[in-house]
Amino acid sequence: MLASSRASQKRRPHLFLLVPAVIVAVGMLLPFVYLVARSLEADAATLAEIVFRERNLLLLRNTLALTLGVLLMTTLIALPLAWLVVRSDLKFKKFHATMGVLPLAVPGYVMAYALIGLSGYYGFASHFFGIRLPRPEGLTGSVLALSLYTFPYLFLNLRASLLGLDPGLEETARSLGRTPWQTFFAVVVPHLVPALLSGWLVIGLYVLGDFGVIALMRYEVFSYAIYTQYSGAFDRVYAAWLSLMLMAVTLSFILIEARLRGRRYVRTGKGAARRAAPIPLGRARPLVWLFLTSVYIASIGLPLMVLSYWIWRAGPLVDPGEVATAFYRTALVAVPAALIAISLAVPVVYLTVRFPSPASSALDRLVYLGYAVPPLAFALSMAFFALRAAPWLYQTATLLIFAYVMTFLALAIGPVRSRLLQIGPRYEEVSRSLGHGPFASFMLTTFPLLRTSMLSGALLVFIMIVKELPITFLLAPIGYSTLATTVFSRTSEGMMAEAAPHALMIVLFSSLFVGLILRHEGRR
Amino acid sequence: MRSLIAGFIALALSIPAAVQAQELTIYSGRGEALIGPVIKKFEEDTGIKANVRYAGTAELATLLQEEGDQSPADVFWAQDGGALGAIAPLFADLPPEMNQGVAEAFRNVNNKWVPTSGRSRVLVYSKERVQEADLPASIDDLTDPKYKGKVAWAPTNGSFQAFVTAYRVANGDDAAKKWLEGMIANEAKVYKNNGAQIEGIANGEVDFGLVNNYYLGRYLATDPDYPVAMTHFKAGDIGNLLNVAGAGIVKASDNQENAKKFLEYLLSPVAQQYITLQGNEYPVIPGLIVNTTLESFATVQEISPKIDIDQISDLEGTLALLREVGLL
Repeated sequence: MLASSRASQKRRPHLFLLVPAVIVAVGMLLPFVYLVARSLEADAATLAEIVFRERNLLLLRNTLALTLGVLLMTTLIALPLAWLVVRSDLKFKKFHATMGVLPLAVPGYVMAYALIGLSGYYGFASHFFGIRLPRPEGLTGSVLALSLYTFPYLFLNLRASLLGLDPGLEETARSLGRTPWQTFFAVVVPHLVPALLSGWLVIGLYVLGDFGVIALMRYEVFSYAIYTQYSGAFDRVYAAWLSLMLMAVTLSFILIEARLRGRRYVRTGKGAARRAAPIPLGRARPLVWLFLTSVYIASIGLPLMVLSYWIWRAGPLVDPGEVATAFYRTALVAVPAALIAISLAVPVVYLTVRFPSPASSALDRLVYLGYAVPPLAFALSMAFFALRAAPWLYQTATLLIFAYVMTFLALAIGPVRSRLLQIGPRYEEVSRSLGHGPFASFMLTTFPLLRTSMLSGALLVFIMIVKELPITFLLAPIGYSTLATTVFSRTSEGMMAEAAPHALMIVLFSSLFVGLILRHEGRR
Repeated sequence: MRSLIAGFIALALSIPAAVQAQELTIYSGRGEALIGPVIKKFEEDTGIKANVRYAGTAELATLLQEEGDQSPADVFWAQDGGALGAIAPLFADLPPEMNQGVAEAFRNVNNKWVPTSGRSRVLVYSKERVQEADLPASIDDLTDPKYKGKVAWAPTNGSFQAFVTAYRVANGDDAAKKWLEGMIANEAKVYKNNGAQIEGIANGEVDFGLVNNYYLGRYLATDPDYPVAMTHFKAGDIGNLLNVAGAGIVKASDNQENAKKFLEYLLSPVAQQYITLQGNEYPVIPGLIVNTTLESFATVQEISPKIDIDQISDLEGTLALLREVGLL
């Protein structure tokens, strides 16, 4: 049953909603203002030479090809996986769900090194099987590397959506004569569209901005041009122009997603939704196991294998005290950032979902801006504003936490929004009719239902922060090393073997928290 | 639960950010794994506390430019000469005596920064597939069709770009463009950085690479049978370019006395000996124990082209050229 969202929402949103919304809007606009300010310093001739040149169009085309490839591959992995975990009679569902989310713990550069490390002279395959595999590179290598650790985001979204679906809809379709496949495409998939779109958006934005993986795979994309300006020319003006161009592309992605998402919200019918009966896999079971095993080996097994192999070759060069300190420091900024992110995400999502207006639509788009800005440009914009407005904040943990929150807020928004859309306003309306105020109604009825999605959102932000590098090493208080900066300090001198233990630590520690995302979701 | 959250946030926000005036703030593009011990020894020997921000040279350079005269940094230690040249306007003038003890080939005539180690460009090649007779005498020879598809390079790498600048300075822009186009026509393979090129040779993807001298030593240290060897071009060839890593004092610093002490420490025999033995790079002062994987300093001075290092920090023209030929 569909219900219009406009309904009777003529009341003004409470201050509790407006204040976080304003904070988020300002935070997202800061880097944009910085980039525009820097870009105004450009002169037309150099602009033509650096920014408006044919090669940039080629790079842009490569970027779009890469993004499409990754979106396709992640969907091919995440959609079947989510369906299998939620709807089929697969055994050990908890295990499969965990494996589907675990690759989030793998940093991008680790995955790329792992794929490359599988092949070649020192390759894992060469050592154990005597085969020198061809090195993955170019478009295929990049698509593979990027998809294998970003698909969990789509998996999480799809799984949450499937869990909330009312099986009554499908049963009705079946009773009207549709086959299982027809039912799937006619009934289930349209309900998954919001989850797919928001997952694609986040993954797409990530791919647009990635530089590390594509550099290792030797595939030239647009972010390459931006990085070269910053690192080769030590220039911030034309880099700003290129960043703004990239943000124009991301803006079009955001607008497309919003347009496709539409304003029709899916709701379950009256009464409580039942759990669907598990669909037997029957003869497809061996095929399914083959699919699952390949995905798990490629996305988790590979990085762990290669990292352990490097450590075994190089010998234990890690100082446990140093690693523990780095982890403690990472957690000390990541935890508050994740908590603040989710506390801002909930009011913002509630505002945009329940109070539709041009302003809230704009806010809806704006929250992705922080994620879309190239991290180096983001860090520089924070430095720019801090030094002018509040120099005592510069290079403090406070500013670092603020930067983390604004960069990764978009990740927290996704799960919460999907869940809120599924819950619908009915419970609050009932509570209001019983005499409670709007805030009390929300806290009594909807908030408890949102809790698990809030936890997912917070954990997603936490894991991304653990892996984050460029913002951290420029804005962290001096001498404050995190796990990621410790890995970088070793790889920058070409000491890959020494970096491996720390990279392994990042994966292991993040995995612990990834497991937590699902532990709570299971209790429904 | 709520108090736990509040506690966490309070703890995080109370992390001290202010650095005491007597402490030295260093922005280092050099990795902690290598120079951490140098910093520690400096603190022990002089009693001055040093706080180091480790990050990429390029990122730190752009941050310094963004900070301008509000920068908290006292010293900037860069991985390559290009960054030093770009940041030179933000450096304080150094007393000329500092550069006096330094070998002439490395000196910075404008006294804006001091070199801390030297690195030379070398040719790495496959021990398995390349015979001595196949080795090119000059870097210009690599455009010959017999090397088609066999050479690796890294156009985004700072050292390579410094080399291209030196080529332009030595032979002119037109010759440089001709060489670049010749290499592209000869299907030179693009790699991300120096390490990747060496690995590419070991994997059989290419037979030759253009890298800095200290990389191979790190691979040979863990595996003496690594199938890659290195050599240089004929004496005076531009392919043997000598480049530097160096450090300067940030003009905005209010701790310049201690910063000077730090730079002097980097030029002392203790620090220089460590850098050459651990890092496989050339020391900038004479009279030290030579690292066995390196050529003797006399040899290096003999084979490297005579180029003024300051001239090769002009990157704009090089980047424009690289863009023009489609490498960037």
